[in-house]
Amino acid sequence: MRNNHATQLIFELSTAGRNGVVLPQCDVPVQSAETLIPNSLLQQVNPPLPEVTEPEVIRHFTNLSTLNMSVDTHYYPLGSCTMKYNPKRNERIAAWDGLAQLHPYQSEASIQGMLQLLCELQQMLGEISGLPAVSLQPAAGAHGELAALMVASAFFRQQGQHRTKVLAPDSAHGTNPASARMAGFDFVTIRSQEDGRVDVEHLKENLGDDTAVFMITNPSTLGLFDDQVQTIADLVHDAGGLIYLDGANMNAILGITRPGDFGADMMHFNPHKTFSGPHGGGGPGAGPICVTETLRPYLPNPTVEFCDESQMYFLDDSSEASIGRVRSFFGNVGVLVRAYCYIRTHGPDGLKRVSETAVLNANYLLSQVKQFLDVPHGDRCMHEFVASASPIKETTGLKQPAMDIAKRLLDYGFHPPTVYFPLTVPEGMMMEPTETESKQTLDAFAATLRKIVEEPAETLHHAPHTTNIRRPDEVMAARQPIVKWTETAD
Amino acid sequence: MPYTYNTPAQQKEMLEAIGATSIDELFDSIPDNMKLGRALQIPSALGELELTSHMQELARQNSDITHNTCFLGAGSYDHFVPAVVDALASRGEFYTSYTPYQPEVSQGNLQVMFEYQTLICQLTGMDVSNASLYDGGSAAVEAMLMAINITRRNSRVVVLESVHPEYRQIISTYFATIGTEVVTVADSSQLPNVLDENTAAVLIQSPNFFGNIEDVAAIADQVHESGALLVCSVDPISLGLLKRPGDSGVDIVVAEGQSLGTPLLYGGPYLGIMACREEFVRRLPGRIAGQTVDQDGNRCWVLTLQTREQHIRREKATSNICTNQGLFALRAAIYLSVMGPQGMRDVADLCLQKAHYAQQQLTHLDRFETVSDLPFFKEFVIRDKQNDVAGLLEKAEDFNILAGVALGRWYPELEDCLLIAVTEKRTVHEIDQLVEVLGS
Repeated sequence: MRNNHATQLIFELSTAGRNGVVLPQCDVPVQSAETLIPNSLLQQVNPPLPEVTEPEVIRHFTNLSTLNMSVDTHYYPLGSCTMKYNPKRNERIAAWDGLAQLHPYQSEASIQGMLQLLCELQQMLGEISGLPAVSLQPAAGAHGELAALMVASAFFRQQGQHRTKVLAPDSAHGTNPASARMAGFDFVTIRSQEDGRVDVEHLKENLGDDTAVFMITNPSTLGLFDDQVQTIADLVHDAGGLIYLDGANMNAILGITRPGDFGADMMHFNPHKTFSGPHGGGGPGAGPICVTETLRPYLPNPTVEFCDESQMYFLDDSSEASIGRVRSFFGNVGVLVRAYCYIRTHGPDGLKRVSETAVLNANYLLSQVKQFLDVPHGDRCMHEFVASASPIKETTGLKQPAMDIAKRLLDYGFHPPTVYFPLTVPEGMMMEPTETESKQTLDAFAATLRKIVEEPAETLHHAPHTTNIRRPDEVMAARQPIVKWTETAD
Repeated sequence: MPYTYNTPAQQKEMLEAIGATSIDELFDSIPDNMKLGRALQIPSALGELELTSHMQELARQNSDITHNTCFLGAGSYDHFVPAVVDALASRGEFYTSYTPYQPEVSQGNLQVMFEYQTLICQLTGMDVSNASLYDGGSAAVEAMLMAINITRRNSRVVVLESVHPEYRQIISTYFATIGTEVVTVADSSQLPNVLDENTAAVLIQSPNFFGNIEDVAAIADQVHESGALLVCSVDPISLGLLKRPGDSGVDIVVAEGQSLGTPLLYGGPYLGIMACREEFVRRLPGRIAGQTVDQDGNRCWVLTLQTREQHIRREKATSNICTNQGLFALRAAIYLSVMGPQGMRDVADLCLQKAHYAQQQLTHLDRFETVSDLPFFKEFVIRDKQNDVAGLLEKAEDFNILAGVALGRWYPELEDCLLIAVTEKRTVHEIDQLVEVLGS
């Protein structure tokens, strides 16, 4: 069933005089607004919002929701995003009044349960990362990167060292260089070798007494564990720099190895990936950071601590060396509550099995996909791998086969993998099945992919054939941006 | 393990297909000396029932606002959330989807983003909005960075002291790192002393942290004379009543969007609103949805102007931000749709009336006095002549009233002052009780 009802905009449903809510009568003596506020500061007309009823709002947004693919409805192997099942128990718990209806400025005594939860989460993340000092404040992975780079910057300032450069491999997420710039560093790209690992020689050439931080994603965006990481860490440390681990791919190594044990000084978690916070159509996430004891004093204020004397949890903002705040209030607590539930549900063995199963699923899918697509970085992977549709270019004449395959997958009801990332693999298709998919689903996906690769080039090039809309004109959208509705926009 | 499927027999089959003898073998690329070799020292697993009990135990140790009367505000407000917001936002098709990289199967989210952007423009009077940032505080700092980018003046920004102290702390954090001077002034009358040709932007808040409404248009003129940009943080609920920032000459508007349909959540996740003048659209950070047509000429929506963003521009991006608060932009879009022009007017008016009633009743008491004659919206400051704010708050808590936010922690000179917020949810009875308890 194609749903065509949803495509009207809420503004086009508006009818003057309709109302979606009725608010209570004012129960205090009413004074005219003009006597309370100077007329020049008042709006003379109501804001020009749409006028719709509650049933219209429900039907409109419900219909819109059906135009999305989601983890609840579809297999969603979007590489690097860890689109795993989002447990319903966590949703229910996080919505309870006792956790959701708390004001950020309530007294500490009145929120001891929440502070205990957050304090325990700090400890658990410290243990899982092997980096004991934790701040839960950053609001997203990229925000965590930025906060940690600020921590590094403050640390070096305190040491009286002027270090200006952040380095990261060419396969890094775009957030790495962008965060480095925002934290005031110059950014240097380090080459990857052909096998996807960091080119250590190139790294050596760029290390010096201006090196502040080397950012590494390990396992990498190619789904490979770089076994040189200890060597790299030693080199960077010898040069006086710090190692930052982009924790986007922690789903591969929970309970198996820890960043703190392979040389990282700082890292962030993406709880919305690794610990199954729902992605919410593009957020919210959270970006807690974990650092070494040496860097602890520089973490954002406040952290949650337990006072032995009073036997109470409290917000500690006493560290003078702290970089300060990076976000208002305590951070994305709702996401952290879900992460806490997820970690408590799994325990030590369960978390390890999450990674084992994620890696098994990815390797199994790789074993199937390599039968008909090129997988340039070997027969084994961690939680994800990157296939390349490049060879198909020659046989089919398609100019962008990865894009065409991705679009054709939509016809078969699968969300496509991440395409054209990392930038180092031509026609890359990055597949991350996660642990919450069955062998049957992986088999069905692989069989479909094989079928697609064997389909006529024309069929692929014009895909998708069955979706509500097909291949929107993105160039036009960017050249003549229409970013809001106006009465004349059509 | 609760969320995985494959049986031992299937796992064996999968290993055979891979050509491995064990799952351990799949981790061979990790050198043995890096492996943990022990179990993580975290508590053991809980089933759903045990987890639920454990979490109930934690939740019980919190005294939430459904058991208290909440007069706390200071950037996070107890407004009413209509049931439709939760009903729609809890649909799995919305909350278990991700960034709309494939527009054909993300039209729901993309259209919501486009509608959200339009609603924010209608509410603020600005030309363009992004699809949201993390929260009000990070939106404020992103706006200041954007202003530096636009004006190419990077040596100084100015912030009024009446901007949320935590927003100012965030700005200090960011700007200490990049070496831009942040000048804080007490109020707008001091702007002429600090505005110069190197100043990129001025950040004000209206209604400000103390609840007072600034004369935004007058400040805008002053700021523009120096060639700087005016960034204004607003309370979206106030815009049912107050002049829109877009009609007062503001260049970039930011706001904490929590008031628009999101519960308190102990501070997050919230919604960072950011909107600006048309000419700055290519400098906006964050995601933006745009209208276009598909192959068959159907109107549809895509992520647009992506060449600003980190996944394309890397170190040259306008910001490192790579997500929006999609779920909370959705909540705001639903909230604004169901409220409509009259609903927004009514909720703003109820806040205005009740806050003024509360302020007048409290300041009738000998113990309290106002600290300012400036007009206010839904929040105000009172001074306790007996200088015992902590005692007052404690006493009120005994009556299950969260009476206000003590200001001393941020403003030592206001250590005898309390910031009180009154939303449409507070009844005359609750306000009278507050007055009685604080006055007794």
